[in-house]
Amino acid sequence: MEIQQNLPMILILLPLAVSPALAFLRPKASRAVMLAVSLISCAVSLALTVYMCAEDSLPYTIKMGEYGAPFGNELYISRTECIVSLLFSCVHMLSLLGGLHRLDEEIHENRRSLFYTVTSLLLSAIQALCFTNDLFTGYVFLEITTIAAGALIFIRSREGALFASMRYMIMNLLGSGLFLLGLAVMYCLTGELLFPQLKEGVSQILREGRYIRPLTASILLITVGLSIKSALYPFHTWLPNAYSGATPAASSMLSSLVSKAYIFLLIKIVMRVTGPEAFVSLRAGDVVFVYSCIAIILGSIDAIREHNVRRMVSYSSVAQIGYIFLGVSIGTAAGMTAAIFHILAHSISKAMLFPAVDRLTQVSGGNENYRDLRGSGFRAPLAGIAFVVGAFSITGIPIFAGFSSKVYLASAAVESGGWRMLIVLFVLAASTVLNVSYFLRTVITLYRPGERYPLTRDKAVMVPLALALIVFIGLNTALGIFSLPVFEMINDGIMLW
Amino acid sequence: MLDVIYNHVDEAAAIVLFSIGFTTLLLNRNLIKKIIGFSMMDNAIYLFLASYGYIQGRAAPIYIGGNTDPTAYVNPLPAGLVLTGIVVSVSVTAIMLALTVRLYRHYHTLDIDKIAEIVRKEGK
Repeated sequence: MEIQQNLPMILILLPLAVSPALAFLRPKASRAVMLAVSLISCAVSLALTVYMCAEDSLPYTIKMGEYGAPFGNELYISRTECIVSLLFSCVHMLSLLGGLHRLDEEIHENRRSLFYTVTSLLLSAIQALCFTNDLFTGYVFLEITTIAAGALIFIRSREGALFASMRYMIMNLLGSGLFLLGLAVMYCLTGELLFPQLKEGVSQILREGRYIRPLTASILLITVGLSIKSALYPFHTWLPNAYSGATPAASSMLSSLVSKAYIFLLIKIVMRVTGPEAFVSLRAGDVVFVYSCIAIILGSIDAIREHNVRRMVSYSSVAQIGYIFLGVSIGTAAGMTAAIFHILAHSISKAMLFPAVDRLTQVSGGNENYRDLRGSGFRAPLAGIAFVVGAFSITGIPIFAGFSSKVYLASAAVESGGWRMLIVLFVLAASTVLNVSYFLRTVITLYRPGERYPLTRDKAVMVPLALALIVFIGLNTALGIFSLPVFEMINDGIMLW
Repeated sequence: MLDVIYNHVDEAAAIVLFSIGFTTLLLNRNLIKKIIGFSMMDNAIYLFLASYGYIQGRAAPIYIGGNTDPTAYVNPLPAGLVLTGIVVSVSVTAIMLALTVRLYRHYHTLDIDKIAEIVRKEGK
């Protein structure tokens, strides 16, 4: 085994080991250590991606403690996992930077170190979800992610955050319960927990035709459980309060890391355990398809009806999660690749929008109604540009990342053909119109002449935010322009799954 | 049909308990009862796994000399899963209870609908 192949272990273990220690440090020291850990994990992910990009590199597994199949625990690393892990590390660090200036006022001093503890725990858990090759390890880190995410919401010193967190936890626990039951049933059917062995067991059941019904139930339970946790449409009610009630750094992480990690786990289960054909033929694909179409349309309509700009951005997440699930429900490798690409595109757009929106409302006297943001694009130029880039990317304007992902989604739908193709194309077209209508009205408002507010903020504090926004804008355009290599890399990984 | 239930009475009980717990967590308005529902739901799954892992007439998978025949023991894996699962659900229960205490101190009620109403009024 080459030395570079151990890099994923560092990604998981370093934040996990540092996390409890952060609680005992002073807030400033804690922040410095957290930023260092975040930077290291970005560098490690990048090194891993470079290593896996090499011409002759093949996917490999890491056996924990060298224990064999039924008892052991494994990590699986391919190009797809590397890209997603790199995304998670980068977005984690940039969200932290983007929300840094708000932490002092929004989180009580006694709890500020704990905030870093929780973010570090979250980083470790999502990296583990990204690499895991074992269903039960997946469940354990699912729960750790839920706890960390719940804590990220209620750590803010604002009433209402507590209640939002409670609702978040309740819905997530329902989802985990369903996932765990599905896992238990699948374990009883196959006697295995590692993905490759599970896949053999599942395909044997499909071949022999016995126990099809429990298998269907198990797949549906896992799918619905993970859909609840990642806020697919009918289960999205907790989302706007949770995202808009949290501090901006936490909102960015919740929207672009937590829910995305759940969806990525679902994609891995679909591709590596059930196989996409069985996922579609056992009707789980249909369930996801119907709900994701509804999510795209109704999520956008909810966003149009919402005047609070932070809640509007949160509702747009509902629609975007619909897109990702739409890709999953097509049930082909191309659909999954498009879904993963959309995870990338949406993560970097949404994690940029939350800090930008926060800055824009700040320079408008703290008003969150979008009509009060008039002229804020001039008062906070960089945040204004970031909002425009994020909005354009989500709407799907060329040269930004969102456009490429919509193209890939549409082409995956066209490839699969049938009546679904028509529905997918219709939904994509309709939602683009809806997206334009709520993002464009905000963009226009930003650049209309408005009132003057006294600016008191000192420039040095804003440096991390500016840095984060500039990197986000760069990433977004880079992903939009050079989408093909990234798409091919994801596809390479999926083909070998 | 009855025959199947009779032969798998533990699993059937586990599914019934799971449904009760799930419904309580989803629909009950009292936060403490919601948490009880959550514990019930998780424990039902552990019962399901544990009863699946036990084979009548076989010993616990602990080797203290003597019988080296692996078929004399039950599969240790489900027990390991249940133990791990219990640790996870205990920590989640703890965090839910802590959250409930803070909510009660602030709103003086455990009824989630009433809390929602107060939050909505405060928001306006």
